[in-house]
Amino acid sequence: MTPTKQFATFTLNSLFLGVDVLKVQEVIRYQTMTRVPTAPAMVEGLINLRGQIITAIDLRLRLDLPARPEDQLPMNVVVRTDDGALSLLVDEIGDVVEIADESFERIPETVTGVVRDLVTGVYKLDGRLLLILDTEKAANLPMASALALVSAKN
Amino acid sequence: MDDLIKEFLIESHENLDRLERDLVELEKDPHDKETLSSIFRTIHTLKGSAGFLGYGQLEAVSHVGENLLSRMRDGLLVINPDIAGALLATVDVVRRMLGEIESTGAPEERDYSALIQLLDRLKDGPIAATETHVEVSAPAIIAAPVVIVAAPTPVAPIVGAAPVAVAAPVTVAAPVTVAAPVTVAAPVAVAAPIAVAAPVAIASEHVEQRSSAASDSSIRVDVSLLDKLMNLVGELVLARNQVLQFTSQHTDSAFAATAQRLNLITTELQGSAMKTRMQPIGNIWSKLPRVVRDLSASCGKEIRLEMEGKDTELDKTIIEAIKDPLTHIVRNSVDHGIETPDVRMERGKAAEGCLKMRAFHEGGQVNIEIIDDGGGIDLDRVKQKAIQRGIISAEQAARMSDHEGLHLIFMPGFSTAEKITNVSGRGVGMDVVKTNIEKIGGTVDLQSQLGKGTTLKIKIPLTLAIIPALIVTSGGERFAIPQISLLELLRLEAANVSQQIEYVHGAPVYRLRGKLLPLVYLNRELKLNHAGAVPQEEREVNIVVVQADGHPFGLVVDDINDTQEIVVKPLGKQLKGVGCFAGATIMGDGRVALILDVLGLAQQSRVVAEIHDRNSHLDSAAESRKPQDDKQTLLLFSAGQGTRMAIPLSMVARLEEFPRSSVEYSGGRPVVRYRGQILPLIKVAQYLPQVGAQVGEDEDAAMQVVVYSENGKSVGLVVGRIDDIVSEVITEKRHAYGNGILGSIVVQDQVTDLLDVHSVIRASDPSFNPGRGTPSAAA
Repeated sequence: MTPTKQFATFTLNSLFLGVDVLKVQEVIRYQTMTRVPTAPAMVEGLINLRGQIITAIDLRLRLDLPARPEDQLPMNVVVRTDDGALSLLVDEIGDVVEIADESFERIPETVTGVVRDLVTGVYKLDGRLLLILDTEKAANLPMASALALVSAKN
Repeated sequence: MDDLIKEFLIESHENLDRLERDLVELEKDPHDKETLSSIFRTIHTLKGSAGFLGYGQLEAVSHVGENLLSRMRDGLLVINPDIAGALLATVDVVRRMLGEIESTGAPEERDYSALIQLLDRLKDGPIAATETHVEVSAPAIIAAPVVIVAAPTPVAPIVGAAPVAVAAPVTVAAPVTVAAPVTVAAPVAVAAPIAVAAPVAIASEHVEQRSSAASDSSIRVDVSLLDKLMNLVGELVLARNQVLQFTSQHTDSAFAATAQRLNLITTELQGSAMKTRMQPIGNIWSKLPRVVRDLSASCGKEIRLEMEGKDTELDKTIIEAIKDPLTHIVRNSVDHGIETPDVRMERGKAAEGCLKMRAFHEGGQVNIEIIDDGGGIDLDRVKQKAIQRGIISAEQAARMSDHEGLHLIFMPGFSTAEKITNVSGRGVGMDVVKTNIEKIGGTVDLQSQLGKGTTLKIKIPLTLAIIPALIVTSGGERFAIPQISLLELLRLEAANVSQQIEYVHGAPVYRLRGKLLPLVYLNRELKLNHAGAVPQEEREVNIVVVQADGHPFGLVVDDINDTQEIVVKPLGKQLKGVGCFAGATIMGDGRVALILDVLGLAQQSRVVAEIHDRNSHLDSAAESRKPQDDKQTLLLFSAGQGTRMAIPLSMVARLEEFPRSSVEYSGGRPVVRYRGQILPLIKVAQYLPQVGAQVGEDEDAAMQVVVYSENGKSVGLVVGRIDDIVSEVITEKRHAYGNGILGSIVVQDQVTDLLDVHSVIRASDPSFNPGRGTPSAAA
C-alpha cells in the first residue's frame, strides 16, 4: 500500500487545482459580499459565515489569471490558515481525490509567474495534471502588486 | 475581610490542592524534577505570603516543609512514604489554619511542634534515631518556641524575629538554648511513625468541612474563555437584532411576546457577560501609592495621593492597556508637575503637594482625571522647546492656540525636563501615552494653569467588544461610525447646499457656528461610485461631524440610518494595509458592514487633498504648500495689459480686494488700513519698466492686492487682475535679467513671467528687509 493524500479539487480558468483536504473548512455557494473600498482588487469582499467575518479572495486575480466572466458566479472554498479562515473564490468545485504520493513531482522550472510561487507541486493524474496550491502563501497578499491592481479595478 | 487576605486564601486553597496532587504524583515518580520544583515553589509562595501577612505559625510550618523540600530538590533526599506523609500532613495543617483564618480572622494557637520537629528530622535523612542526629536535630527546637508566637513568655520578643533566623539554625542555636532549655529532650523522644500518624489524624477530621467558602464563591477562569463567551454573546445580540427586525413584519402576538422576552434576556446576558470581564480600576491604581511614595522620596518632594472612584469598572483588556500610560502620567506629575516643598512655600502653597486621581462613568465612557496642584505647564517654554527640537517652526508656534500649544507635549521626541532623570525626560513617554490610549479608542485632553497645576483627562470606552455606532450609507454600502468619535449630525437642504458649502483653495468647508469645518466626502475618499446615486450637487447633504485626534471634521455621506450596538470583529490580515477601517460587523440582515476608522480616514483625506476647483473662492489664506516633485502651485495674474505673470503660491499670504477710495498716503506712499495694521501698497506695474507704460488705471474698479508677509511684516502688491491658481510641472524656463523678473516659464501653453517679489519690494521700500535670500521659486 503506497501512502496517499487527499485533495479537494477545483478548476480555475484552465487550471486544475487542489488543496489538502484537511485545510478545507467547507465549500459554500456564492454569497453576496460586502465590498471593501480601497482594498486590493483581489479582495472580493467580506462574507458572513455563521457570525464569522471572512475575507474572500478572488483566486483568479491572485494567480494573475484573466478575470472571471461577469455572468459566471464563483464558489467559495473556505480554507483554514494560520490567521483564521479565508475564502478562495474559484470557478467550479471538483471531487475530493485520493492520490498516491509517488505521482508527485515538483513544479517544472519552466513555469513562471505567480503560479510558480503559489503552487507547491504537481500530481500526474490520468489525462490531466493537478496543481497543489499553497494556501498559506495564497493568503499572503503581495502589497505592492496589490496596490497596482487597485487602480486597475477602479 | 481584607481583600488582600481574601485573595491570599483563595490563592492558597488553590495552591494546596495542587500541592496535594503534585505530592501524590511525586510519590509515583520520585525523580520527577519538574513536579518537585512545582511543589517547592508552591510551599515557598505560601511561606512568603504567610510571612507577609503576619501569620507566624503558618509561616513556621511551611518553612520547615520548605527546608525538607529544598534538600529533596538538591538531590540529598528522595521521597519516601514517611516524607510524603509528613508533607501531606503539613498540607492538612496549613489548610486547617487557613480555615481558621477565614472563620475567625486568625489561626488558633496550637502546638504544631511535633509536626515541625518531624519535618525537620526527616530533612536530615531517613535514619532517624542515631546519636549523631540528636545533635544535629537540635536546631529543630528553635521551631518550637517559634510556633508559640503569642505565648506571653519572656521568649516571645526573641522569637518574634526567629522565623528569619530559622533559615540558619546554627547561628540561632545560642539564644534558643538560653530561652528554652527545657525542650531539648522532647524531639528525640518522638518516634517517627507515631508522629506521622498524629497530624494526619488531627487534620483528617476537618478536611471535609474545610472546603473554603472564599474559594467556593469565586473561580479563576481563563480570559480566553471569557473572550469566547463574549463572542458568543455578540452572536446572540446579532441574532436577536435579526429576530427583532423580523417581528416588525409579523402580527402574531405570541411571536412578538417571545421575541420580546428573547430581547430582554439577551440584553441581560450581554450585561452579565460584559461584567465578567469588568475589573475595578482600583486594581491598577493599587500600586500607584508606592510609586508616588518612592518617587517623591527620591525627588525630595512631599506628595499626598488622593484617589476617588476606585470601584469604577472597566473591561479587562482596557485595564491592561491603560496600566502603563497611567503609571507614566503619575510619574510625570510627580517628577515634573509638583514642585519641591521650598518652591511651593515660596509660591504660597502648602509644602505638601497633592496628586488626585478620579475615575467615573459618564455617557457610556470612563473618565479618568489626574490632577496635580503643581507648577503647571509653561506654554512659552513648551513652544520654545518644540522649536528647538524642530517639531514646529517659529511661525507655527506663534499661530498656535494655547490648547494646541499644550498638546505639543504629546509630540514624539518632546520633553521639557531640563535634565534627564532616571524617571523621565527622555522624550519618550507622553506621545506613547497618547497613542496607547488612542489605540483603544480613547482620548486625552490636557488643561494647565501656570503656577496652579495641571489636569489630564482621559476618556476611554467601557469595552471594546460591543460598541454603539451610527450606521450610515454611502455609495450603496453601509458603514458604522463608532459613537465615541461622533460629535453631531448636520443636514443641509438641497437648495442651500451651493451657498453653504464653500471652498478654501479647493477644499470644501462648512461654517459651523462661525468656525470652518473641513468636509470629507466619503464617496470620494473610498472611491465609491454608485450608479444610481443622485449627483452631489442636486441633493441634500448629510454631514456627520466627527472628531479625530481633537480635530473635528465633517464626513459627507449619502444617508444617515440609525444608531446600533455593534459587535466589533477584526479584519483579516489581507486587509491590514487598508487604513480606513477599524473592523467589520454583522448587521441585522446578516450582511457585513465595515466600521470606519475615523482617524485613519482623516489622515488619508489630508494626503489626497487636491485642488478640485481652480477658480474657487480665493478670499482665504492659501496654505503654504511644499512643492511636490517639480510641481509648483502658482498664482497667475496680469500686472498690466497682456502681461501674464506668476508668483509661487507659497509666497502669498492672502488675496484681497480694496476699493481705490480706501487708499491713503503715508510719507508719500500709498497705504491701506488692513486688519488693524497699515499695509503699504506696491503697484507692481510701476516697477516693471517693460509694462509700466501701458498701465491705464480704472478708477472705479477695485484694486486686486496680493498680500505678502514675511517675519510679521506685510506688503500689498497691487496687480491688474488675478487670473488663476495652477499646479503644474514646470519644464520650459528661461532665466532672467533683473527688472523685477526672475525668469520666464511656460504655464498652460503660455509664456509667463515669474515676478521677483523681493526685488520689487526692495525697489519700492529699501527699509523692508525680509532677511532671507531670494526665493528658490521655480528657477
